[in-house]
Amino acid sequence: MPALALLSVILLVPLFSSLVRSLSSPTWTLDNYAHLFTDGVTLTVLGRTATTALIVTAVALLLGYPYAYLLTRVGPRARAVLLVVVLVPFWTSVMARNFAWLVLLQRGGPVSEAFAFLGMPDVVLSGTTSGVTIAMSQVLLPFMVLPLYSSLGGIDRRLLLAARGLGSSPIVAFWKIYWPLSRGGVVAGVILVFTLSLGFYVTPALIGSPQQSLVAQLLNQRTTQLLDFAGASALGIVVLVVTLLLVAWANRFGGTISAIGVVATSGEGTKR
Amino acid sequence: MTTTAPSETGDATTTSASPRGTQIRLDGVTKDYGLSIPAVDRVTLSIEPGEFMTFLGPSGSGKTTTLNLIAGFETLSAGSIAFDRRDVGGLPPHRRNLGMLFQNYALFPHMTVAQNVAYPLRERRVSKSEITRRVGDVLELVQLTGRDNHYPSQLSGGQQQRVALARAIVFDPSALLLDEPLGALDRNLRAALQAEIRRIHREVGSTFVFVTHDQEEAMNLSDRIALFRDGRIEQVGTPEQLYRHPDTLFAARFLGDSNVFELDERVVGDRVGWDGRAWSVAPSTTSTAVSGESATAIVVRPEDLTIAASDADVPTGANAVSAVVRDVEFMGAYRAVTLGLGAADVTGTARLDALDARLGPGDRVVAWWSPARQRLVAA
Repeated sequence: MPALALLSVILLVPLFSSLVRSLSSPTWTLDNYAHLFTDGVTLTVLGRTATTALIVTAVALLLGYPYAYLLTRVGPRARAVLLVVVLVPFWTSVMARNFAWLVLLQRGGPVSEAFAFLGMPDVVLSGTTSGVTIAMSQVLLPFMVLPLYSSLGGIDRRLLLAARGLGSSPIVAFWKIYWPLSRGGVVAGVILVFTLSLGFYVTPALIGSPQQSLVAQLLNQRTTQLLDFAGASALGIVVLVVTLLLVAWANRFGGTISAIGVVATSGEGTKR
Repeated sequence: MTTTAPSETGDATTTSASPRGTQIRLDGVTKDYGLSIPAVDRVTLSIEPGEFMTFLGPSGSGKTTTLNLIAGFETLSAGSIAFDRRDVGGLPPHRRNLGMLFQNYALFPHMTVAQNVAYPLRERRVSKSEITRRVGDVLELVQLTGRDNHYPSQLSGGQQQRVALARAIVFDPSALLLDEPLGALDRNLRAALQAEIRRIHREVGSTFVFVTHDQEEAMNLSDRIALFRDGRIEQVGTPEQLYRHPDTLFAARFLGDSNVFELDERVVGDRVGWDGRAWSVAPSTTSTAVSGESATAIVVRPEDLTIAASDADVPTGANAVSAVVRDVEFMGAYRAVTLGLGAADVTGTARLDALDARLGPGDRVVAWWSPARQRLVAA
């Protein structure tokens, strides 16, 4: 109960005051919202943010799924090493990691040097959306790998043997049995990474450029530089609603998935 | 009679199983993981079409590995495996057209009963109407009609194993491989499913290879049993052959209870001495696999042992040993008597009529049996 009280004070009250401000200043109006869609900037930034988040999520999934699969297949010692590799970013400060990426990607840094070595001298990724995407994918990868690992680890591999015995090639067995059973972890990882990318601030602020800003930077700009608190509140509410809708959708989808998860574990439970 | 060799995959779309099942021949089959002894060591065995063959043995004896070699889940280190004389060594599991039943059922949790059973048919591109018909038929065969749309988690263990059984036979596989399928079930359910498996074997008529460590299950179900020990086949035979005529002490001990008299003396002619008594060991009581020289023990089943008050009551020609009654247990149908046999006080058991309440612990008696009921076995 004290936790709930604390939560409502530090989270719900500011949230509610934001909502009120976005609707009530200067008078009771929806202008602040209407303005978001007409100012020519916000929609572009929202679109760019969503695209970046989608790409980051896709990259994280493409890298994270094989990695998590590998985690379930190796021996305990190799697994411990691989897990530490995933967790180290968690133990490192976000700022440190982002500055590391800045050093790597900036003009004259190792990455542009490598491109120069390959005969493409003008590739500088810092200050571009590509650079932001690369850095965000790395920073958010653990949020994909960990739920996937927990989901894949719970899949009974003997089901694959059974499918092989029933006439499926290894690829078909993976596609018809393993992949559907891993969907819960995929949904969890995708939602986690996507929603986190939507609100990412430090990486785009450090590595991106003001001309290519994402939503979080726009919010920061409106509050700290333009002092347009009502407009910033409205934008914040829009991002929040989009995120909540996504989570709700995932919960419905994930609900049926977790029912299957229970099925899988109960089948497992009767074994001994 | 000519052998009709069913084609391996094309066969799946025909409507009825080949009536005789497939012959499975193992020749010098070896699986070596590079440990001190091979997991499976030069196993040679012919499983006849339509036969119910059981691989029996303690854990680690190589029976499951042998089954996995037949299924193609493991690759051969040496030797060959042929289905109906066609070598299958190079075929991956999904091309061998075998039904498999696992101890953990291995039902796909995200599919309904009907989808699970239809799975092997869909993999073989059977038409939709045909799938519906065959799934219906096979669910009726395993008495699960009406459960089509249940998920595996909504079924009991016994029902889940029936679904797995239906899924394993619906595509008319060349043979059915059963890997301790009843191991996870409780005793009553086990008996019911044993009867079910026997019935389905009769009705389907295909070759069954069944792996178990439960000797009772093996004796109840099998046409023949291959007894495994340390990666090799110790003895192959009908349950009765293995029970009545074990070749080795291991076989005698693994199937059923036995009284074991280990021999310190050599067999001379048709006599051998034990505990100061001379016993008759007529050649007919020795299996062809065991010569008088290699015999290391005499085995007598408890039901063949009779208890007499004194040597005067022992018929002539019988082999006898003095014994002390250690315990008498009432088992309902009979009384189990635990004995200390001879001066060495070897533990033995005998069965008494349930109504016979004369004996009690400490009584000195004579146990005897007809030499025709004993077996001389090798180590």
